[in-house]
Amino acid sequence: MSGYFKEIFDGGKSLLVGLGITFKQMIQPVVTERYPRTAPKMPPRYRGHIDLVRDEEGNNKCIACGMCQRNCPTGCITIKGEKPEGAKKKVLTFYRLDFTTCSLCGICVESCPTDALEFSKEYNLAGYSAGDFVFDLLKRCEERRR
Amino acid sequence: MAELPEIFRVMAYVGGIMAFVGLNAAFLVWMERKVAGHIQRRIGPKEVGPFGILQSLADGIKLMSKQLVVPAKADPILYRVAPALTMITAVMVFVVIPFGPALVARDINIGLLLIFAIASVNVLALLIGGWGSNNKYSVISATRAVSQNVAYEVPMLITVVTMVMIVGSMNLNEIVGQQGNLLQWYIFPWNGSILLPVAFVIFFICSLAETNRAPFDLGEAESELVAGFHTEYGGMGFGLFFLGEYGHVFVGCALASILFLGGWQCPFGWMPGVHWMMIKTYLLIFVVMWIRWTYPRTTLYGLLNLSWKVMVPFSLAVLLVTAAMLKVF
Repeated sequence: MSGYFKEIFDGGKSLLVGLGITFKQMIQPVVTERYPRTAPKMPPRYRGHIDLVRDEEGNNKCIACGMCQRNCPTGCITIKGEKPEGAKKKVLTFYRLDFTTCSLCGICVESCPTDALEFSKEYNLAGYSAGDFVFDLLKRCEERRR
Repeated sequence: MAELPEIFRVMAYVGGIMAFVGLNAAFLVWMERKVAGHIQRRIGPKEVGPFGILQSLADGIKLMSKQLVVPAKADPILYRVAPALTMITAVMVFVVIPFGPALVARDINIGLLLIFAIASVNVLALLIGGWGSNNKYSVISATRAVSQNVAYEVPMLITVVTMVMIVGSMNLNEIVGQQGNLLQWYIFPWNGSILLPVAFVIFFICSLAETNRAPFDLGEAESELVAGFHTEYGGMGFGLFFLGEYGHVFVGCALASILFLGGWQCPFGWMPGVHWMMIKTYLLIFVVMWIRWTYPRTTLYGLLNLSWKVMVPFSLAVLLVTAAMLKVF
């Protein structure tokens, strides 16, 4: 008989504890984001497609050595560089990333001798044709400068 | 209103209560979604109107614009009668609910009895809706709803008998009238019987089960029975079941606040009126929602055991102790 009352008492107590937990959760701030209204801030190690790093003056740090192009397992990077008259170093003139074949392995970022590449925080990629995912990174870099 | 012909009172009642049941259901759906959202750390409805408050009206318009489809092998009469019946019972019990000192459609002296007489017809609506749909899930759900309602009607009515013994009246306005301030509320043990708080808890749990609310919503257990007795209903057939359910939730909570929490009386004696009734009832409805989003659904055996092994003995104990105390003091 005492077990009967104990069960009811313990059960009732655990029910009240449960109500307390949900009430505490209810008065705490919400954790969801209103996605189309507010853009989420991506975590620092998020891997979007690669992008050129800009130095203090806003120029890219690429020396057009071609390491990324050679190391890319799927061959999705095409770069061109030239040495202007009288200059000592090569200058990047063209950097194309074909994101349709990129697997985001990050070998290009690792192999870059001047740390000129980084993962962007771009998550909002949607397009109507494969051509929408071929990016001209040099142009993107110039656009961000403006 | 005494000088106006009777027909105006009826019309005011029908119009007012129909509007109230509809708007109350719309508001409660919104409130339920908001409470659910915040308990799960979400926002809930947000886009339609300020704070999403027009969301349920938009849903209502969508439901009304849908075609009413009767399944080929369903019983055409029972299938159509069931949603109307659940709505009719929900509207009819509002006849005797005193919203304010003078704001009651019919101040009759057996109001409490009338509410239980009509509200128990609601289970018949669920039964014929489930049976008439000719769907195995609906039938299982209907039988569950009936066994559950039968099981919980017993302790609920025993606690109500206890209250009637203490108050000495079945007139709801008289019951409210005796609870002038906080200390006279019938939830407190010094007002007639030391077991009154237990009676309140039993009444509240039973009204949850009677209105098929979680954690006793076995009738529409989505994980097993699709949507239970309203599986086959679409459009406003489903909408009426929904309106009826929220109407019954309101009536259950209003009755709990009338019997135990002083109805339209103010706890401190200032300005008794409709607003106090609304505050108390909606607070209780909030508790109902809070319970729904806290507990998982019980099993059918757990539900019946709770009724026959716990609720019935406890309500009988409350009845006996109250009778003894009334006799002695």
